[in-house]
Amino acid sequence: MINLEFTDSMIKMQEGVKMVARNMLRPIARKYDQQEHVYPKELDVFRGAPLFSRARKKKDSDKKTRPEAGKTGPNLGQIISVEAMCWGDCGLLMSIPNAGVGNAALVAVGTDEQVKKFGGKWIAFANTEPEAGSDAGAINTTAERDGDQWVINGEKIFVTCADRCDAVVVWATIDKSAGKAGIKPFLVEKGTPGMTLEHLESKCGLRASDTGTFVFKDCRIPKEDILGSAEIDQSGQGFKGVMKTFDMTRPMVASMANGLAGAALDMTREVMEKNGGNLDYGKAPNRVSAAEKEYYLMEAELEAMKMLAYKAAWMADNDQPNSLEASMAKAKSGRCATLIAQKCCELLGPLGLTTRELAEKWMRDVKIMDIFEGTGQIQHLIVARNILKLSSKELK
Amino acid sequence: MDFSLSRQQKMVKDEFARLVKEVVIPRAQENDRNGCIPDDALQKVWELGVSVSMIPEEFGGYGSPASAVESAIILEELAYGEMAFAMAATAPSLFLHPIAEMGTEKQKKKYLPLYCRDTFKSCTMAVNEPHYGFDAVALKTAAAKKNGAFVLNGDKCFVPLAAKSDHMLVAAELDGKNALFIISNDNPGLVIDEKETNLGYYSLETHELKLNNCEIPAEDRLGEAGGCNFDRILQQCRVAMSAMATGLARAAFDHARDYAKNRHQFGEPIACRQSIAFMIAEMAYEVEAMRHLTWKAASRLDAGRDARREAYLARLYAGEKAMRITDFGLQIYGGHGYIREYPMERFYRDARGVAILEGMATV
Repeated sequence: MINLEFTDSMIKMQEGVKMVARNMLRPIARKYDQQEHVYPKELDVFRGAPLFSRARKKKDSDKKTRPEAGKTGPNLGQIISVEAMCWGDCGLLMSIPNAGVGNAALVAVGTDEQVKKFGGKWIAFANTEPEAGSDAGAINTTAERDGDQWVINGEKIFVTCADRCDAVVVWATIDKSAGKAGIKPFLVEKGTPGMTLEHLESKCGLRASDTGTFVFKDCRIPKEDILGSAEIDQSGQGFKGVMKTFDMTRPMVASMANGLAGAALDMTREVMEKNGGNLDYGKAPNRVSAAEKEYYLMEAELEAMKMLAYKAAWMADNDQPNSLEASMAKAKSGRCATLIAQKCCELLGPLGLTTRELAEKWMRDVKIMDIFEGTGQIQHLIVARNILKLSSKELK
Repeated sequence: MDFSLSRQQKMVKDEFARLVKEVVIPRAQENDRNGCIPDDALQKVWELGVSVSMIPEEFGGYGSPASAVESAIILEELAYGEMAFAMAATAPSLFLHPIAEMGTEKQKKKYLPLYCRDTFKSCTMAVNEPHYGFDAVALKTAAAKKNGAFVLNGDKCFVPLAAKSDHMLVAAELDGKNALFIISNDNPGLVIDEKETNLGYYSLETHELKLNNCEIPAEDRLGEAGGCNFDRILQQCRVAMSAMATGLARAAFDHARDYAKNRHQFGEPIACRQSIAFMIAEMAYEVEAMRHLTWKAASRLDAGRDARREAYLARLYAGEKAMRITDFGLQIYGGHGYIREYPMERFYRDARGVAILEGMATV
């Protein structure tokens, strides 16, 4: 039965995580914005914390552990936590040990042996290449079989946690002529000969999170370290595997954007109310000041963004395919959070420009939300193709 | 938190969707041209219990539990067919539901059975006022106490089915607060003007009213001395408006999507162009978002909680997005969208009222 209100336990959880965000992330947000590439050692306390309890392994879902009516499922719980943490700081959330996108991929498609071997590690995710961004099917990194090993060659850019991670999920093609079907994920441990962290980027925002380039030159890994089972890797499931990972991570990025937008809005509201604004949802929108109207509109947008993300997560929890909803949430939140963070700076005036306040940082941080995990344009393409029933050839 | 319809909700949705497909959509264009809605169509919706199902049995209703979510589902379906139709068909709820929820026993006994009958009989509510800066929380129509009765003065506009209704609730300021008064159509202080001509909802008959020293007995103040919870009524009306806007936007989206697939230019469907496809994608997720905000506010109302913030935001959002989605829809249709042969221009006109009007439908 339709009930779109948070349950008491969801509210409690949200408040709890927000308190962590307020007390542990906010106070160091500026510090690590200014010290790019320095690992925020304060985050060590989160190592092994059940804060982001990974969703159960897909294969175990045979047991159909659907959440009981009224109970919060693991995906929805994760979305709420991520949103609350990003209300604290997005860059720091992305630097929490052992919570990389590679970890999510391992949980989603890894074999039991792989989960055992890599489970305790911090795993990054390397997909983008200098010549292959949104066009993930065009990657040039290769993996060649040589006896009991895979030999990896290529370059990966924009790898989150490149410096801090222990291992990387590297996407490489085993057969360029097979196109997307030839692309497979490989687990490569840091320190493997032939793998070099070439350099770390200086970024517009999200500076607390390190981003780097890896070069692979005849990098040899054991044959069993192809992510997922060997049978699956013959049937073209590899690329779909990445896409499956994205069904989980797109709503997560949406909720990161939502948490950040919420932070910007909360600050704006506080400042407006301190200066005589009365945001009590009383007066008709055409009778309030222009600034108040802007505020209300942004708050409504944020509600919409959140609901789309919750829906995508709720569907995952209820074993419903959610590719479309995941892209809808990401498309909406990436764009709208960016606009909200920008507009809040405008409404805040000089307070939106000074580095004494976090608003300007949020405006820098937020821009990536409409770019990584699939740009807003790619998300719109996915949504449109799905709705119009057009192939990627028909709607380019 | 649950995003799925219950069996009952699904049943209600399907039932109304079928009716809308049969009796509303085929005649919507004609209604829009003629400026009225045929009684037999209203009667068919009435027979599904749209206004009376949630009225207690002792007063002639079906005694179903009141549910804002269920009402929102119904209103979305009706407005998907024709927004004016949704407002006309549910106009009696504007009178009956506040009385059922906030009226005294005497008021319920006196008024509800008059309308809880087999045939559609209109009754309505007057909230909007014809002046710049209209705000439902700062009404200019005022009630004053005089010799144990009330005297109302002021103007109202956009009152649905006013001329056909024997009774209506009129919103007026009383001692700095808003109150509702039950007014009979034959009250000598009440003047109902000619049918209004508006930007949208051509087929909905709306009227301007003038209240000139309109005397109302004390017993006809809704809730009598205790008054009513006008805030809650406003919240219910805003949720209803958001629900109708969702239906309207969904109609514009469906038409635009199908048109984009079938309209060929440069040797392929225009849907194959990103400039069109991206609009369609945005329309799709905004319709979803409008519905979520509506249902969230409705969920709060159903829990008996104050939904001031949620209803305000849902309506604000619905107003913005209904305009944007219908604007996109007309743009996708190009010149054809501008021609009255197609429903898109009606959707575009109908969308403007969402952000402006108060008290046009209720849950």
